Amino acid sequence: MINGHETLLSSQTPEMTRRNRSASLWQAIFFGAIVIGIIMLMVLLATIVNQAFGLVIIVDKVPAAALSDRPLEELSREELTTILQNRLSKNRFKTIQRDHAIETMPLSDLVNLVIDNVVQPQVKKSYPLLQSILNRSEILELAKSDYPDARVEFRSWLNRRFLTSTMSPRPETAGVRTAIMGSALLILITIVVAFPLGVGAAIYLEEYADSRRWINRVIQTNIDNLAGVPSIIYGILGLAIFVRALEPLTSGAAFGVVGQNGRTVLSAGLTMALLILPILIINAQEAIRAVPNSLRQASYGLGATKWQTIWFHVLPVALPGILTGTILAVSRAIGETAPLIIVGASTLIMKDPDGVFSSFTALPIQIYNWTTRPQDTFRNIAAAAILVLLALLLSLNAAAILLRNRFSRQ
Amino acid sequence: MENQMNHQPQDGQFAIQASHMDIYYGNFRAVKDCSLEVLPRKITAIIGPSGCGKSTVLRAFNRMNDFIPGCRVEGGILFHGQNIYAPDVDPVQVRKLIGMVFQKPNPFPKSIYENVAWGARINGYTGNMDDLVEETLVKAALWDEVKDNLKKSALALSGGQQQRLCIARALAVKPEIILMDEPCSALDPIATLKIEDLMRELSSNYTIIIVTHNMQQAARASDYTAFFTMDPDRSGIMVEYGETSQLFTRPRDQRTEDYITGRFG
Repeated sequence: MINGHETLLSSQTPEMTRRNRSASLWQAIFFGAIVIGIIMLMVLLATIVNQAFGLVIIVDKVPAAALSDRPLEELSREELTTILQNRLSKNRFKTIQRDHAIETMPLSDLVNLVIDNVVQPQVKKSYPLLQSILNRSEILELAKSDYPDARVEFRSWLNRRFLTSTMSPRPETAGVRTAIMGSALLILITIVVAFPLGVGAAIYLEEYADSRRWINRVIQTNIDNLAGVPSIIYGILGLAIFVRALEPLTSGAAFGVVGQNGRTVLSAGLTMALLILPILIINAQEAIRAVPNSLRQASYGLGATKWQTIWFHVLPVALPGILTGTILAVSRAIGETAPLIIVGASTLIMKDPDGVFSSFTALPIQIYNWTTRPQDTFRNIAAAAILVLLALLLSLNAAAILLRNRFSRQ
Repeated sequence: MENQMNHQPQDGQFAIQASHMDIYYGNFRAVKDCSLEVLPRKITAIIGPSGCGKSTVLRAFNRMNDFIPGCRVEGGILFHGQNIYAPDVDPVQVRKLIGMVFQKPNPFPKSIYENVAWGARINGYTGNMDDLVEETLVKAALWDEVKDNLKKSALALSGGQQQRLCIARALAVKPEIILMDEPCSALDPIATLKIEDLMRELSSNYTIIIVTHNMQQAARASDYTAFFTMDPDRSGIMVEYGETSQLFTRPRDQRTEDYITGRFG
């Protein structure tokens, strides 16, 4: 029956063919899952980029050429002030003088002030990137017929000015500087509060707590569940505890800060720290649990105390894992919007945060705010702000990964 | 070797002495009524089938069982006339004087130098650390192989070298007794022989207690041997304890004879 090795080991048996077929089917399914995920991500990015760049039709109320024969950027402080004085009503100029320190503010800010108040460029229409490229000539024609005075230019909504100017009620002049600084300060407070607390709690639960005692099991179960609690509930908790109950502390009144309520960046940072604490604890616990027990035994065997063992052997080995967990948690915090709305982030604020007791805004808040406005142009700057947020997130993660790799090498 | 026939020397001559010791895991009695007197500067081997409590007994000698939840030791272990399980005894101090080498080489993920120096440093060693590291590595017969690479990661060493590093690490704390829990079970025969030679070398200064699965190893390398087995109720009991040469050639107990001749276990 068996005629030699060919038959015995041949790959052409029906069973082999069936096995190969089912293997390649599963492989195709798994590959398809990845492809779908990547396509979704590309679509998301493309939509945002599409909105953030494109042609705009701009009509200046007073063309810059009518103000001076040189570009505004080259004018001196005196010349710019004169323009403001001449072109604006007395009251308006007084208001500006009151709100801005014209004599001391950076020259670029003064130029922006002139543009905002005198030139008053208005974006009549904006087009997404794809349309701008494909229908360029039609847009140009339309601009000529509908807005004879208009200039048509290609605008990257994500530009230096957008990054460096403060909020403004007009989308043409609005920027995200305040929001970037607010987000950065918020994340800093969150990390400073949550990291030591989270790692400390993880060390206690993994190294000290006797998991057979019911109280420790209750704590563990609660932490696991808290990681899944919707963020808005943390917002309400933060409102009740940090904004209201601890107002003297979070407003800085106890430290001599006057005229601030509890809706400070400190309150928001503490709320955010609460929000990511369970995630951080769970991740740190995983990392600590992954440290081989043989390492602890070796340390104890040399007459080391528990703390020496944890500090010199467990934590250094667990640190890369703990850092990875922190990255994940912070990435979540940086994009959170709901709790910030509840604890009272401002949506229109011109002043950069200058300490933990200042009012603030954050990038997600700005994005949320802008996407709810009726004008098209707000959606363009919302898209630009999303790109800023993504870049901030990526650079934060990259920094943490570099840090982690450095620790793993050691 | 002059005292070989008399394995019951007078009181106070033991390096460490377990008397009527019971070890429990929760409600399960893992070791029953174990009395074992270990002679100073000798190698004592503990042999027996799997699950008979050899390692449990070994770990009781330096209170490493403290880390196993639910484990408790009844009866006592006398060390320098003091019960190491007495309430006022500091287990950390016990482990400084009674070092341990584990089944799987477990060097710290640090440099070779740090591996040896760390234990001494946390124990307040104030002398010249370089000298100590060299001295201990020489004692552990590892110096010649690593002296040019002291800054290299200990994990880059071979298994046998790692195990000798673990022995050096234990020696650096200057213990009196070294416990070895199947130190060669993860090593090849050549590395095993090196460790056995090293043990022989060290036994002129240290008391060594070794748990081994390998009967040839016990016969080759030890002065005294204790044979453990399981009771019908699955508790470990010590069946016989005596000079290695006597236990392997003229066992007094039938169960010992069955085990060493391969009829059981």
